[in-house]
Amino acid sequence: MRILVCVKRVPAPGSRINVTPDGHAVDTAHLGFTTSPHEECAVEEAVQIAEQYDGEVTVLTLGPAESDEQLRYAASVGAHKLVLIPITEVDWDPQRTASALTTAIADIEAADGPFDLILFGNESADTGGFQVGIRVAHALERPVVNGIKGIDLTHGTASARREIDGGFEVYEVPMPAVLGIKEGINLPRYPTMKGRLASKKAEVSATAVEALTGGQTRVRLHRPVEQVSETLILGTGPEAAPAVVDLLEELGVLS
Amino acid sequence: MSLLVLCDHDRGTLDEASLEALTFGRDLAGKAEITCEAVVIGAGADAALDSLAAHGAEQVHLAGHDLLTDYGPEAWGETLTQLVRSTGATAVMACGTDRGNEVLAHVAARLDEPFVANCTDITPGDVWTMTRVQWGGSLLEDTTLDAGIRVVSVTHHAVEATPADRPAEGSVVLFTPDLGAEAARTVVRDRVVLTQGITLATSPVVVGGGRGVGSEDGFAQLEDLAGALGGVVGCSRAVTNNGWRPHSDQVGQTGTRIAPDIYIAAGISGAIQHWVGAMAAKNILAVNTDGEANMVAKAGYAVIGDLHKVIPAITEEIARRRG
Amino acid sequence: MSEFPNRANVVVIGAGIVGSCLVGHLARLGWTDIVLVDKGPLPNPGGSTGHASNFIFPVDHNKEMALLGEQSANQFRDMELSVDCGGIEVARSEERMEELRRRMTSARAWGIEAHLLSPAEVKELVPFINDEVILGGFYCPTVSVVDSLETGTTMRREAIDTAGCQVFANTEVLDIETVEGDGGVTTVSRVVTDKGTISTEYVVIACGVWSNRLANMAGATIPLVPTVHQMADVGPIDILAETNNEIGYPVVRDMDSFCYERQSAGSMEVGSYGHRAILHHPDEIPSNEEAALSPTEMPFTPDDFDEQMEQAIELMDMLGEAEIRYAINGLLSLTPDGMPCLGETTEVRNLWSAAAVWVKEGPGMAQVVAEWMTYGYPRVIDVHGADISRFYDGERSDEHIWSRANESFIKTYGIVHPQEQWGGRRNIDVGPYFSRQQDLDAMFFQARTWERPQWFGSNADLVERYGLEERPVEWDNRWWSPITVGEHLNLRENCGLVDLSAFQVYELEGPGAVAFADKLAVNKVDVAVGRSIYTPWLTPDGGFHSDLTMMRMGEDRVRIVTGVFDGGRDEFWVRKYMPTDGSVTFRNITRQVTTLGLWGPNAPAVLGQLTDQDLSQNGSSYGSIIPIQLDCGGKMVDASLFRISYVGDTGWEVYADWDNGPALWDAVMSAGADLGIRPTGGGVYGSSGRLEKGYRLMGAELESEYNPLEAGLARPKVKAADFIGKEAYLAAREKGEPEAVMTVLTVEDQTDSHGRRRFMQGGNEPILTPDGNRIVDSHGRASRVTSAGFGPSVGKHLLMAYLPRELVVPGTDLQVMYMNDLYPVTVASTGAVFDADDTRMKS
Repeated sequence: MRILVCVKRVPAPGSRINVTPDGHAVDTAHLGFTTSPHEECAVEEAVQIAEQYDGEVTVLTLGPAESDEQLRYAASVGAHKLVLIPITEVDWDPQRTASALTTAIADIEAADGPFDLILFGNESADTGGFQVGIRVAHALERPVVNGIKGIDLTHGTASARREIDGGFEVYEVPMPAVLGIKEGINLPRYPTMKGRLASKKAEVSATAVEALTGGQTRVRLHRPVEQVSETLILGTGPEAAPAVVDLLEELGVLS
Repeated sequence: MSLLVLCDHDRGTLDEASLEALTFGRDLAGKAEITCEAVVIGAGADAALDSLAAHGAEQVHLAGHDLLTDYGPEAWGETLTQLVRSTGATAVMACGTDRGNEVLAHVAARLDEPFVANCTDITPGDVWTMTRVQWGGSLLEDTTLDAGIRVVSVTHHAVEATPADRPAEGSVVLFTPDLGAEAARTVVRDRVVLTQGITLATSPVVVGGGRGVGSEDGFAQLEDLAGALGGVVGCSRAVTNNGWRPHSDQVGQTGTRIAPDIYIAAGISGAIQHWVGAMAAKNILAVNTDGEANMVAKAGYAVIGDLHKVIPAITEEIARRRG
Repeated sequence: MSEFPNRANVVVIGAGIVGSCLVGHLARLGWTDIVLVDKGPLPNPGGSTGHASNFIFPVDHNKEMALLGEQSANQFRDMELSVDCGGIEVARSEERMEELRRRMTSARAWGIEAHLLSPAEVKELVPFINDEVILGGFYCPTVSVVDSLETGTTMRREAIDTAGCQVFANTEVLDIETVEGDGGVTTVSRVVTDKGTISTEYVVIACGVWSNRLANMAGATIPLVPTVHQMADVGPIDILAETNNEIGYPVVRDMDSFCYERQSAGSMEVGSYGHRAILHHPDEIPSNEEAALSPTEMPFTPDDFDEQMEQAIELMDMLGEAEIRYAINGLLSLTPDGMPCLGETTEVRNLWSAAAVWVKEGPGMAQVVAEWMTYGYPRVIDVHGADISRFYDGERSDEHIWSRANESFIKTYGIVHPQEQWGGRRNIDVGPYFSRQQDLDAMFFQARTWERPQWFGSNADLVERYGLEERPVEWDNRWWSPITVGEHLNLRENCGLVDLSAFQVYELEGPGAVAFADKLAVNKVDVAVGRSIYTPWLTPDGGFHSDLTMMRMGEDRVRIVTGVFDGGRDEFWVRKYMPTDGSVTFRNITRQVTTLGLWGPNAPAVLGQLTDQDLSQNGSSYGSIIPIQLDCGGKMVDASLFRISYVGDTGWEVYADWDNGPALWDAVMSAGADLGIRPTGGGVYGSSGRLEKGYRLMGAELESEYNPLEAGLARPKVKAADFIGKEAYLAAREKGEPEAVMTVLTVEDQTDSHGRRRFMQGGNEPILTPDGNRIVDSHGRASRVTSAGFGPSVGKHLLMAYLPRELVVPGTDLQVMYMNDLYPVTVASTGAVFDADDTRMKS
């Protein structure tokens, strides 16, 4: 079982995100970086599958050289191979990203054999383009379903569950397949201290890939006009109970 | 020259998101001086025709096929792509729901065109300029779109769905796509109604307790309220640190991130560690003795008082109303 | 929630452990109209308190830190927000074992239970420790873990309930405004916040890592820098979870890897002081909204932590399999000298600092500041080392603060010798003889910003001349040289020239100068022009604020000469009490005046070559100042001769214009060439010479906890004029004999348990009874070594210590503990052990 997970390095902001003076990027001066949460779950899912089927997990990212940190984090929680497509810009547009990933994946598969599963996050935490995984799948001519919160593998088929109101939709996707993973599919493990130390020694293969820019061009980022939310005090002490239950009824949680 | 708006329906009832998309698309098409046309996929859409016309669909494309009886991202994407090609549409859009974005991504991939997801505002022209959301709405991005066929989604709730001043003609055109085996790969095979117990991560109601609960036994009152609401109990890190609840109940950075319809946070100060796990809740009701507590400041609703008096009173009030 | 006020008596900014405890203590002391604001939410406003590991190791070599730590631990206990879990410092090296023995000694000094454990004994208490990598442990059963946030809440509630304190969270201070008060004194007036503006008498900055930024708003400085301390929470770990407790095992400090392991319920907090120093400017700290966690829980930089992680796994193998669930670059405050910043800021009247305080000292330090604001001086203990006015301008710049913090971070768990010198930011202030001293291979010690020769390498020949030896144990020898003994013996035999340029020199001038000077001093300043006095300055409670010399330079002019360590505190004291009616002006003339000390039996003969004036006791009597012209290589240099001695031999402090210093040095050295003159360092002036004479040193023997009677510095009569502390001083005299008396003790046998000759350093080593019991006076003050040094002329190692009155009988046998060994000592004197009747000085 060979599994590839595509991840993205994103800032880990607080509740207020600042923008650089030129408006082109998030001001990351105070910020740490992380892997997009959906993708963190995708890595966990891949590692669990690999543990179950004696598989191998490769993690691929397209990003600045510092994305090495996210690749090693993946290694610290069980990924086996790490591949970086280094870029010098802050971000590539979705078409360009997908094109580069497609090229890189084709290269890896040509060298090491095809992947049974390629996992993406449903969308990136920062730019939220909702398309890279689907574009790559289309280019690789593989089936793809997004929003996946459960995977079972049987006889070359991935039974993938997607959450809908009150239940799941189930897809039976023939492998090799591409799935877009959503947070909640699992609770990603944290790296152990030994895992962290071992990940320092992991090898990251970096290969530059060229790709043409797409038709979407960022002009600037800005913060929406803030809505000041006041706390509505429903009352003091047990006398507030009727007001609370009124609220519960209004929100429709009191069925 | 037309804008195709993908509309989704359940046995003829259009969802709010589709009407928003149509409202937005009607306005956009007007500015771009092209026609606004709706696309409905699958059987049973007849009942929706009036509503589509009322919301400005000058034409309604009804797409039908054996593979379109249930949702399938590739089948839908391929269908919409073929419709774009056959109608010569210059733009295609949907509401930025999970389905809307998924289908449009397929369309864009097939057309080899850019796709701009989750726009709040679009100005057409030779090059379209638009504003879209990033970071789940914490940031906005102004962007330009240079494409032969424009593929865009509009952010859910960006506009309110309103009927057009004059209903459009809404003439119906049937469309049968040419779908191959590939489209069949990703069609919904089954639907499962959730029967297993709800989890902290998925529960629509979470009743959380913090240090203020005071003891392991103190959580009984929270269990009662959660039971009455069909929800589950969560807790803060201080509580697991004190051994009052298992770690699996912990909401927060080192515990579980929750996203219920309402989070009732009782005796929780609102340490950031905890807040990170609770902030996705759609509504928060804080119960705290301290009106200056962080959780009170951040919550939409609050009751100031001793949770051991307030929580049982709420449970009793629920029981009273249910008779 | 109450309406935002427009008036207050005191506004406390910052609701962390310090600010919250401060409003509680102010309320206890009767303050009203207290407003507490914080830009963050409650109970965790997002400062350092919120991510503190919250454990208290009560043993510290430093008296202020130890006693305020203990004081704080007790306050946490009183609120029942504390658990005594015990704690063990483990050693991986023999050098650290020696440090643990030193800690045993400090534990005994402060009366804290402690035990040295073998590796097996450590393992009994901490079964998951790898006892093969440690040599032993220092176990303290009263190490406690506290709930700092709940403590803050409790103290705020007390202030709200008893004094109507108003608390405003989520309220950001935008400006602190000042006005020109009486006499043009810049005085705090208003606090501008995003909720409104408050007029107030007092403002206290208790803003932790943000404190300097807040102080700058008012034009003041609180020299500290936010510094990263990395911490990772790893778990779950079954053996910890099974305790069903927040903490069930002792906190382990793995001192040699600069790490600690502290149980937190089912996981272990691994904290590090071993990584590179990571400093941030306060402006780089994100706001509560911008921060991913809290503002002071900055993004973890794992590369900095890896080495500590490996060592932690080596010590506790189970940690390797534990998950890193939470990891931060937590911010805390570091100051240039490692001590807190307490007291009124020097720049702005009524603007106070309660900053650079960690959780472990929080409640105690808050009490100190509250008492200081109430009584004009802290009462609980002396805190001269934490007094914010101790800093000179050169210590308040970012360059200095950052340099010191960069250098000192690793010392947090380091083994720091009492005499240890800084590597960076040297030569900030140097005397006019600096290049000459460099040529003489001087070993410079830095006193605050000033460089002073401790000994001169050029005097190495004296070691052979007097048959001197290095000390057998490296620790005793560190930052010491036998040359200093040679310089001492040469001074007693011939004479020595001591650079005293670091003296801080001030002048008061104007019609009110003498009266004001008299208000500051216990002894009479209104003496004949040309006379000088040595005098204590007292606190309002009658303890020592300072001791120094004051010189009547003219009818309306008084010169104040004080030591370099206390210059900042003394200058601030003068400015604080100075009349605002313009009758007195203040000048700091430190940089205009240089001082050379020339002492020894040949001193008169040396100086006599530069003048024909009568230098005998007739012409230049003891204690007098005489103007003189000295022939410095043909150039006549105006100077003042002050006949006084801090080393016990005759001679003078020679004052001259700074610019004439080099000529004066050259002339004196040349005149003394055939009379055995040697440049002589601080090792003689500040240590061996003064100890043989029993002279007290401010900050060592003299501090606010002791009064002049106890220090042995009371005169037979009290002057008629009023002075600060007079009432308390008179009351103390009324009570008769003091409770404790400063004494000099001789060490009768310096041989340790390994047969080596040891030399106590004067670092609070406890004086014990022959049975090994602590000696504590009726005020609870423990007898401990305040200064120590070898007395070459008496051939004994000398210790100074306060003893309860009944023990102050020459010949009484006691013991001193040093590095966990006991040594016999004998009470020698309450004054000099060398030339007790001062014959040499006054001849």
